[in-house]
Amino acid sequence: MKHTCILGAAAVAALAAGAASAATLDDVKAAGTLKCGVTTGLAGFGAPDAAGRWEGFDIAVCRAVAAAVLGDEDKVTFVPTTGKTRFTALASGEIDMLSRVTTWTFSRDTDLGFEFVGVAYYDGQGFMVPKSLGVSSAKELDGATVCIQTGTTTELNLADYFRLNNMSYEPVPIETNAEAQQKYLAGACDVYTTDASGLAATRATFEAPKDHIILPEIISKEPLGPLVRHGDNQWGDIVRWSFNALVAAEEYGVTKANIDDQKANSANPEVRRLLGVEGGLGAMIGLDDEWAYRAIKSQGNYGEVFEEFLGTNTAIGLERGLNAQWTEGGLQYSPPFR
Amino acid sequence: MSVTSAAPSAPGFRLSQLIYDTRYRSTTIQIFALFAFMLAIGWLITNAAQNLAALGKDFDFSFLWNTAGYDVNQRLIEYSSQSTHGRAAILGIINTLVLALVGCVTATVLGILAGVARLSKNWIVARLMTVYVEGFRNVPVLIWIIIVVAVVNESLPQPRAYKDVETGAFVFTNRGAYMPEPLFSRGLGDLDLGLFKVSLDFVAFLIVLGGGVYAMRLIRRWANQKQAETGVRPANVGWIEAGVIVLPLAALLIALGFHLGYPELKGFNFAGGIFIRDSFLGLWIALSLYTGAFIAENVRAGIQAISKGQTEAAFALGIRPSRTMSLVVLPQAMRVIVPPLISQYLNLTKNTSLAIAVGYMDATGTLGGITLNQTGREMETLLLLMAFYLAISLVISLVMNVYNERIKLRER
Repeated sequence: MKHTCILGAAAVAALAAGAASAATLDDVKAAGTLKCGVTTGLAGFGAPDAAGRWEGFDIAVCRAVAAAVLGDEDKVTFVPTTGKTRFTALASGEIDMLSRVTTWTFSRDTDLGFEFVGVAYYDGQGFMVPKSLGVSSAKELDGATVCIQTGTTTELNLADYFRLNNMSYEPVPIETNAEAQQKYLAGACDVYTTDASGLAATRATFEAPKDHIILPEIISKEPLGPLVRHGDNQWGDIVRWSFNALVAAEEYGVTKANIDDQKANSANPEVRRLLGVEGGLGAMIGLDDEWAYRAIKSQGNYGEVFEEFLGTNTAIGLERGLNAQWTEGGLQYSPPFR
Repeated sequence: MSVTSAAPSAPGFRLSQLIYDTRYRSTTIQIFALFAFMLAIGWLITNAAQNLAALGKDFDFSFLWNTAGYDVNQRLIEYSSQSTHGRAAILGIINTLVLALVGCVTATVLGILAGVARLSKNWIVARLMTVYVEGFRNVPVLIWIIIVVAVVNESLPQPRAYKDVETGAFVFTNRGAYMPEPLFSRGLGDLDLGLFKVSLDFVAFLIVLGGGVYAMRLIRRWANQKQAETGVRPANVGWIEAGVIVLPLAALLIALGFHLGYPELKGFNFAGGIFIRDSFLGLWIALSLYTGAFIAENVRAGIQAISKGQTEAAFALGIRPSRTMSLVVLPQAMRVIVPPLISQYLNLTKNTSLAIAVGYMDATGTLGGITLNQTGREMETLLLLMAFYLAISLVISLVMNVYNERIKLRER
């Protein structure tokens, strides 16, 4: 019995540790596919469409990286992860990158051994309640039963918020967004809390979205972004700059439609470097010069991606808000391509 | 014709004997097996250590003393989000133990009833029990758990529905059930044991109850002795036995000002009373029914293993059927029932880790779930979790083996 225990423990350790080799780029190229960790299904951010093709804001980041590295936006293997499994999946090398509404925090960046490459969506935690509850502020939620996804920063924010406001609550821990939705709609909890964007996305899938309101209080900062394992800086650079390329493209007015024209005719040196006409930036990160061109061409620029999956014309209907370009009063800002 | 034979070998030891000589062969094989086993373990450990180092992770349990930061709904010991991860783990362990304990008790009761009923001569009862056993044995327990919780969530009314409705002692909502709680207006307070608090009222109750049972056994022994000596059992012994248990307890409860606290709708939820959460209810029901089905089969096998001659002999002596079952058949059947019963208890205890599917915060939910995720210490938390399940399983085995030893057939 004792031996079985030791053996089992060691086996788990070996599996958990896995083979996390340094050169992720080589692995991805050799495999011919990018293994991208995504959500198990959150409308707008990442969910399979009717034909089974993954679509969404986070998905577009995966596809942009695949287009940059492998030249084909479809060479992505999407690995659905829950709030609990995502970090183990990334740390163990089961996935090459994680693009899954994940909040950038100090301990995740340092202690957990990950590297956040940027902020794809500036978010904050909010509360959703049925209108019939007659609640208009989060301060009125004393004693409420709250559905919450476990293993998330929202869980900790929630505990802090209620404690600081001297309120009590009954947490109902939930594994996935779909499960939370079912519990919330059945009335097994009064309140559902997660990132405000996630609440909007979830509400959009309800039969009667108008019967639910998102309370005005935003109780935390939730910068959501893609992340990779710590220690492979080249791979981190590739993911970071693939994402930055989308942001920069919007800033310089490069769109899916006009990219070929821009590439051929633009006089803006920044655009020319971005699209690989000059500067030789690709070689600096181990790719060819058209990497960013392919990423933008396949996904569109940041603004286009946002409008397609989350914007005001979609069912989710999110305003750009903090996620507008810095030139328009938002926080999205790509360092220069130089 | 001559036979040339090699000279008989010198009586010394040659290496080949290790394989070809049956005297040494088994030892050789064992030593090699042990060597290979150690090698495999060594490889696993170095592999794990190397990979952890490659990930820049160390092996450290100090996170157990850090603030957990998350809340847990079912708290049988004092806990808040400001408590440590270690305390959250203990809380989870207690939740696991409570679930395993009540699960084992109800599964045993259900199993024995169903097992005996399945052998009933009443056709309908026997068939119904067959349906129960086969239905539960052949569907994964996780599905039963989810079904029960979903039924509770979807079909029972929300707490809000009880607004302006007179509620009784028991309230069933889609978040769980409420029942009256015992309260003491002149209570003795709590005893702080450091790790957790124990209600002195409860301790007093147990002491008085224990004393009553002890007194009852003394009286029974005296009555038996009397009956053996004189052939006449002293009058009203049954009443006296009941009295020594009930009367002191009643006196204690009155002295402590015992009354029941009823659940009342306050704000979003009911307050007061004992709250049995939907997740606990679902796990309890599903695990009991599922394991009960297996135990029923064990019980049936045990009863059928007893030769028909035993029953016939008992009948021939004029013993009634019910007493034949309890005095002749079941005591012998227990020898067949108990060993597989141990593994059913172990199964139920380990199956409590499915709690994670419905958000019951057991050890897997706190230590192996949220703590693992918030601290990123997979190795440490999983090792602790394995050690816990191993320890609890070994304890159950030990206790049940001792019991098995006691009821075993005494061979003389």
